[in-house]
Amino acid sequence: MASCCSKQTLSETELNGDVKRVALVGNPNVGKSVLFNALTGAYVTVSNYPGTSVEVARGSAVISGQQWEVIDTPGMYSIHTITEEERVAREILLHETPDVVVHVLDARNLERMLAMTIQLIEAGLPVILVVNIMDEAERMGLRIDLKLLQQKLGIPVIGAATARKRGIDEIRTALHDYRCACDQQRFEYSRLLERDISEVAGLMQGEYILSRRALALLLLQQDEEIIELARQREGDGYAPLTEKVREITFERRESFHLDLSIERKDMVRRIMHGVFSAPEKRVVTPAERLSNLAVRPLTGIPMLMIVLYFGLYQFVGVFGAGTVVDFIEKKFFVEIFNPWITGTVKSLIPWEILQELFVGEYGIITLGIRYAVGIILPIVATFFVFFSFLEDTGYFPRLALLVDRIFKYFGLTGRAVIPMVLGFGCDTMATMVTRTLETTRERVIATILLSLTIPCSAQLGVIISLLSKFPGALAVWSGCLLLLFIVVGLLSAKILPGEAPMFYMELPPMRMPQLGNVVTKTYTRMQWYFIEILPLFVLASVLLWLGKITGLFEKMVAAMTPVMASIGLPKETAVAFIFGFFRRDYGAAGLYELQTKGLMDARQLTVAAVTLTLFIPCIAQFLVMKKERGWKVAGAIGIFVSLLAFGSGYVLNRALLVTGLLS
Amino acid sequence: MKLSEKAEEILESLWTAVEEGGAAFLDPEKMSFPTDDPAYLELTSQTLIEIRQGMIYFRPEGREEGKMSIRRHRLAERLLMDVLNIRGNDGEIKACQFEHLLNDGADIKLCTMLNHPATCPHGKPIPPGECCLQARAQGDLGVVPLTEFKSGQEGEIAYIQTDDNKKMQKLMAMGVLPGNRIVLMQAYPSYIFRVGYSEFAIDSNLAKEIFVRK
Repeated sequence: MASCCSKQTLSETELNGDVKRVALVGNPNVGKSVLFNALTGAYVTVSNYPGTSVEVARGSAVISGQQWEVIDTPGMYSIHTITEEERVAREILLHETPDVVVHVLDARNLERMLAMTIQLIEAGLPVILVVNIMDEAERMGLRIDLKLLQQKLGIPVIGAATARKRGIDEIRTALHDYRCACDQQRFEYSRLLERDISEVAGLMQGEYILSRRALALLLLQQDEEIIELARQREGDGYAPLTEKVREITFERRESFHLDLSIERKDMVRRIMHGVFSAPEKRVVTPAERLSNLAVRPLTGIPMLMIVLYFGLYQFVGVFGAGTVVDFIEKKFFVEIFNPWITGTVKSLIPWEILQELFVGEYGIITLGIRYAVGIILPIVATFFVFFSFLEDTGYFPRLALLVDRIFKYFGLTGRAVIPMVLGFGCDTMATMVTRTLETTRERVIATILLSLTIPCSAQLGVIISLLSKFPGALAVWSGCLLLLFIVVGLLSAKILPGEAPMFYMELPPMRMPQLGNVVTKTYTRMQWYFIEILPLFVLASVLLWLGKITGLFEKMVAAMTPVMASIGLPKETAVAFIFGFFRRDYGAAGLYELQTKGLMDARQLTVAAVTLTLFIPCIAQFLVMKKERGWKVAGAIGIFVSLLAFGSGYVLNRALLVTGLLS
Repeated sequence: MKLSEKAEEILESLWTAVEEGGAAFLDPEKMSFPTDDPAYLELTSQTLIEIRQGMIYFRPEGREEGKMSIRRHRLAERLLMDVLNIRGNDGEIKACQFEHLLNDGADIKLCTMLNHPATCPHGKPIPPGECCLQARAQGDLGVVPLTEFKSGQEGEIAYIQTDDNKKMQKLMAMGVLPGNRIVLMQAYPSYIFRVGYSEFAIDSNLAKEIFVRK
């Protein structure tokens, strides 16, 4: 079609300051982000999990001297969008004018995904097709005639395996050489549908980026966003247009969507003819056998236990929170670094009050940096290594389907397993990821459960090492959290309005993670985490220092003492709780300090650990909650969580006193 | 041999009384029309029933005929209530009228279309016909929801039945389209199926809307 050429004139690109734009689009989990990273040299998180990218990422690249802006979009199944992420992706196509749209698809699923290529071509967009994951397709014995496909589609077609850096140069060349989409094929629908399209398109007067033909089809599919767009652009012509659309959709109310899909399927079948050939017998790879073990309850549950035991307990708990923390915190900070820095600072700064700010009891360096680097860093780092590794194997979607039935009781679907597991790493990050859940109701429930019952890795590490000294304490603590998780989950599913969610998820093939990607991903997550937390640690130190020199801190501790006393804790724990306002893990680290000084017995420690775990989310998480859910919901959750935390602490303390457990 | 509507109704009542009620005979007083109705004569002259001491008894041929009549009635109920969604009294009355059209093989066609139902909407058994026995012997499932497949079973997608447009589009985006091959790989705890070279997991709410044929 020629329509795109007229819109993407040279003068227009020149107006954009000579920077050309390329948008990467395609189904979830086909490797758009990997391609983005390869083209720009930047890094956005990639994984073997559909829906990893929830936001649009932009980066720049220079290809043969030409400046390009590269736009990575969340996955979409069709240009008729359903979910929020799909809408975000389509926004780019609707409102920006990319010079090239690169459609990335999975070679193994060429037949299914070509339908979207047709839609993009039909929309008059300047499309390049990248047939990705060719390596795995070849291993399965699939053959794809790319030349013939190019000829049939009339657009550039490139075979690639972006994760193995294959085809990247060809894509660069294709971008550089791209001129216009003049020889794109026009795909004909049945006579009936063609008539409907031309009747609707004929009534459209406004200026659009997408072709009228494509927009007419979207209008007929009752796409709300496109209807709104037409309302704005058509002016007086809008009324007759909607009248026509209504007339046709009523006539074809029985099965318009289905008819359209079937027509597209036939188109694709004609294109596929001679292009794609599969071996007679399906090749069963070892990865598929492993996958089968992971999804059967009988083998899947033991497998989950193994993963949790080695990954979470041994690697994160024993190695990260034990060995590494011991080494960095005790050997390095307490024995070497702190005495040295204290000496240095004291010799440099003569005023005692300022000395206190840096190296005192709550000093920025001796406390803030020590906590951040000595305790939190090793635990979070090992957790992110574990999580990134698991994510890249493709295990999570399998776990999701395993737990879906159980999660349905909490008003969630198996999909929520990702934010829940990630929450054990960092609740703040996990709250952001709740965006991938489909309905607002699921998101709210997941946010509540995360802020209440899921301890983050830093907390988890410290609390486990604290409580493991007292037999039974750990069991009481995890029992309490599990009980609250179930009770609150069941209740919120009952109380919150809305219908039961549906579960569907693509299962990507299981793969051996690439070390490089795991390392990079862990690194970027760590980076994010530190940019987020280090300033807060420093701020906390400064505030505590200020509080101390002004005496305000003492007053706060005094004010909280009756509350602490009512749940049976010594007044020193107030310090940990005040720390906890700044970060939950910081609070846990404060408890660690108290325990080392021998101020608390098993009962008190358990009560404090439970209350602190449940207690108000750290500031960062609260801010993210506010951003994702809005003030009202975030505020309500905050109040609910605080009341429940202290309430549970009170009840638990009473119960432990009465039963004499742990004493 | 085509019976009048009234004759068929007598056979049905008799069959229900005898086969399901365990009685030996039917009291004609229980029918809604007079005991001297010509329908009785019609039945006795074809030796389907006999009347002794004012009570109606089956002759062997009549028992078979009654079974087929009740089958037609219950199939008609299924059609009207399940497919055409005409329920309650109205459905009952229409089913009574409709059943009389189901002769000369029309019942077989209807039964196949309904995939050989075993019970009527009230839960009473529908006596199986030739077609049902044949289908069972061949293991022909006909068109069933995906939830009825066993793991490992492969079939062809017949249609998607849902009122929810979003669900429909979700499924279509996964490649669940009429005519595509589908393999059910696992049914518990979630349904896992393969279409083309992709695998998907869905819950039973979605799975029961996909209709497949073996």
